[in-house]
Amino acid sequence: MADTQERVLMKGNEVLAEAAMRAGCRFFFGYPITPQTELAAYMAKKLPLIGGTFLQAESEIAAINMVYGAAAAGARVMTSSSSPGVSLKGEGVSYMAGADCPGVIVNVERGGPGLGGIQPSQSDYFQATRALGHGDFYMPVLAPSTVQEMADLIYLAFDLADEYRTPAMILADGMIGQMMEPVTLPPERDLSTLPAKPWATSGTHMERKHNVVNSLYLSPEKLEKTNFERFERYAEIKEKHQRQELMLCDDAEIVVVAFGAASRIARTAVRDARAKGIKCGLLRPITLWPYPEKAINQLLDNGAKQFLSVELNMGQMVDDVRLAVNGRADVSFYGRTGGVLPTPEEVLEQIEKIAQNMERGE
Amino acid sequence: MAAPKTPVTLPDYQVERIGSQIAEGETIKSARPHVLTDVVTNFCPGCTHGIVNRLVAEVIDELGIEGKTVGIAPVGCSVMMYDFFNCDMIEAAHGRAPAVATGVKRVHPENVVFAYQGDGDLASIGTAETVHAATRGEKITVIFINNAIYGMTGGQMAPTSLPNQVTQTSPYGRDVSKVGYPVRISELLATLDGVAYVERVTCDSRAHIIQAKKAIKKAFQNQIDGVGYSLVEVVATCPTNWGMTPQNAFQWLRENMLPYYPLGVYKDVVADGFANAAEAALERAKDCPIAQQGKEA
Repeated sequence: MADTQERVLMKGNEVLAEAAMRAGCRFFFGYPITPQTELAAYMAKKLPLIGGTFLQAESEIAAINMVYGAAAAGARVMTSSSSPGVSLKGEGVSYMAGADCPGVIVNVERGGPGLGGIQPSQSDYFQATRALGHGDFYMPVLAPSTVQEMADLIYLAFDLADEYRTPAMILADGMIGQMMEPVTLPPERDLSTLPAKPWATSGTHMERKHNVVNSLYLSPEKLEKTNFERFERYAEIKEKHQRQELMLCDDAEIVVVAFGAASRIARTAVRDARAKGIKCGLLRPITLWPYPEKAINQLLDNGAKQFLSVELNMGQMVDDVRLAVNGRADVSFYGRTGGVLPTPEEVLEQIEKIAQNMERGE
Repeated sequence: MAAPKTPVTLPDYQVERIGSQIAEGETIKSARPHVLTDVVTNFCPGCTHGIVNRLVAEVIDELGIEGKTVGIAPVGCSVMMYDFFNCDMIEAAHGRAPAVATGVKRVHPENVVFAYQGDGDLASIGTAETVHAATRGEKITVIFINNAIYGMTGGQMAPTSLPNQVTQTSPYGRDVSKVGYPVRISELLATLDGVAYVERVTCDSRAHIIQAKKAIKKAFQNQIDGVGYSLVEVVATCPTNWGMTPQNAFQWLRENMLPYYPLGVYKDVVADGFANAAEAALERAKDCPIAQQGKEA
């Protein structure tokens, strides 16, 4: 593998694969789907060269269950797909959460519902942040907005997954996945510093009590206790790992909230609004779960009066903005769906409308 | 260790079948295999899961592989096997055991990985996982319990329920004109190149139990030897959901199950003179140039 700090021009999907390998991922199980194809192809090419395993599964369901098995066996493992394929993985992700198995799931989103389309979208926000699969659980969801962040966040996703014994998701979209940008690749992860996995099912070697990887609890009290314990971990994740980027927010009265591809468009619109004298800033959530509530509270304390959620869907994250704002400011939404991207001018128009309403209200 | 047991007289049909009787005063030595935990199983009285669990355990003991064995028990009556076995165990979603086993085996090829699945699991909801793990030639061992019914959920029609068999969801008998025919898994899998060994056995008599154990042992030994995917189908009873006494269930099995699911070896590449499944597959595709690429000179 190449030098650890080189700066290269790469496609987002390939960077996810390269950075995952540098994070110590040696097992990849997947199934073909657009627009994440380059990721699997890169893994198929590179993993065997470093002693890893790439396996094209018979289905998304099989792929996620292979991930579950490899995770149970103690490996750093991942799978990737796009929206319709991620739906199929829901069963396995739920089992992984229930059995406390770490692993990384990549969703390079496309438009939906149903077969939808193959253009960029953020219409799986609910699915990702409200538990991908049945049952009481969450998982860390990281949303890159640049190719650089594809590298940084998948690296982080593996660490969060191992530290908290949970599946973790990269929620990207077809735009970030397909675009090329310069990227500084992360160094090879020092695997000796990974958390030990004494729970892994890799054979007792007649040296310890047998390990069981399981999510079945026929006693409701035991299941409740297990879920309580898991939610204590979630509380710690919420406390320690809310991440966001703030731009021009210090004196912002209007805060545009946008992640991933939508944030790139919103960024331009916010700058243009500033140029017109509107006190406007950008909050870009990097963690979608846990949602950056602390940052929103801080903005409210600083005098933010209006929040505008800009998304590539019909309005999903806006619910989290409302929950975090909790009635302390007005919240509105603007989005395009089906793979259509809003222009910065469209977003600017929304900001200006809000600014005019504020003036009228005063 | 082995507690001597009082002489046992076998039921008539078994005596008839094996043609011998335990002599007066003879003792049968029996001890719990090390890999079995000291817990009461959740299997119903007369259920053959207990026998097959025991056979798997004896084989693991005899091969000395407990320390490197990882078992996968998916949804179904056998899902609680993680409580019964002292080796590492994983509980899997319905039908997904072969995929989970694949994940484990790919990470630790030196482990011995087995999946223990029922008919609804292996032959219905997990058909894709079953067929593809087999055709990939995953070096795993699969124990398939075919009792022609969904046991855990209370007796619904299984993919292997016989024509006209009455179940909770075929109350007028399985109507093949409407719901189709039972799946013969051993015959189906024997056609796949990745498969090294498939045998169908049963456990209605001492002789058949001995044969079943031999098959299970071979299926594990194949994995240790890296021969390829091995599956043993055990034609089994479910007295509770068949609504029969254990004895009548065995009788019904002999009269109806065995004619539909004939016992025997369906594929055995080693017996056919090949070192492994890959070699047999290469021979089968001998007229296909691209399939012969990379063949050692």
